[in-house]
Amino acid sequence: MEVLQRFADHYNYVVTIFLMVAGLYIVIARGNLIKKLVGLSLFQTSVYLLYIEPGKIIGGTAPIIDPAFKVYSNPLPHVLILTAIVVGVATLALGLALVVRIHEAYGTIEEDEIFSREGEE
Amino acid sequence: MEALINIVLLTLLAVITVGIMFQRNLFAVVVLAGIYSFLMASVLIVLDAVDVAMTEASVGAGVSTVVLLGTLHLVRTIEYPSKRSALIPMLVAVATGAALVWGTIGLSPFGTADNAIHKHVAPKYLADSVKETLVPNVVTSTLADYRGYDTLGETTVIFTAGIGVLLLLKGRRRRGHIADEDSKVGRTA
Repeated sequence: MEVLQRFADHYNYVVTIFLMVAGLYIVIARGNLIKKLVGLSLFQTSVYLLYIEPGKIIGGTAPIIDPAFKVYSNPLPHVLILTAIVVGVATLALGLALVVRIHEAYGTIEEDEIFSREGEE
Repeated sequence: MEALINIVLLTLLAVITVGIMFQRNLFAVVVLAGIYSFLMASVLIVLDAVDVAMTEASVGAGVSTVVLLGTLHLVRTIEYPSKRSALIPMLVAVATGAALVWGTIGLSPFGTADNAIHKHVAPKYLADSVKETLVPNVVTSTLADYRGYDTLGETTVIFTAGIGVLLLLKGRRRRGHIADEDSKVGRTA
């Protein structure tokens, strides 16, 4: 019973870690470059959760100061993750531009085919 | 109630992730990634991170999806099964996951106010930012005032990435024209 309670208390972290390792698995196991980039953004979004979850207080409210409220969630992770989201989309765009160039040069975006074509030359 | 909504949304996120993992049609993957971003924005609202949720909905679900669809327009949309074995990646992922779960066991339960994160500088920002900056939204005042240099660095990164994308795709257009002209010349000859 105690183990179950612990699991319920940490369910957020468990799901976050699942998203993280799913992203990691896609990046390592899949050969398609676009799929890899989607996996990379899964990994990034799981990091957003990992930062913001500890800052939440049950019964608290968003950190916008108003006399009607007493308890606010922690604003600091929000600030850091705002920066991370925008940087994340910038890296995604750069990665996709590279994918377009690779597709031009090799005619494919599958890693296996790119490697075999490299071997032929 | 908050915790319950959170659990349901997080479970949906995990299900979408499994879908992304096994789907081989890249168009479907991009659509699923868009759904994932909107779900993530909902989770962030429940976690009281309203500014982050707005950014995730506009940038994560909007801009990312548009950029991914634009790329799909230029390349093939079906992913071929990889010839490599999936065993080693699976082992790496499971080992990493186990280590991370082991690392989070010691964290205090979700949503408690005595979490260590709430005892360092956050109370100071919450108490003083209205007096010091006259902005009621603490996230805004922290982003623009206390941590303005972070934001400057972020803008630098976006600028660099934008220049990189432009340089990579600019050459593409020129080469495309040359290829078109070559094919025209070939036809007339």
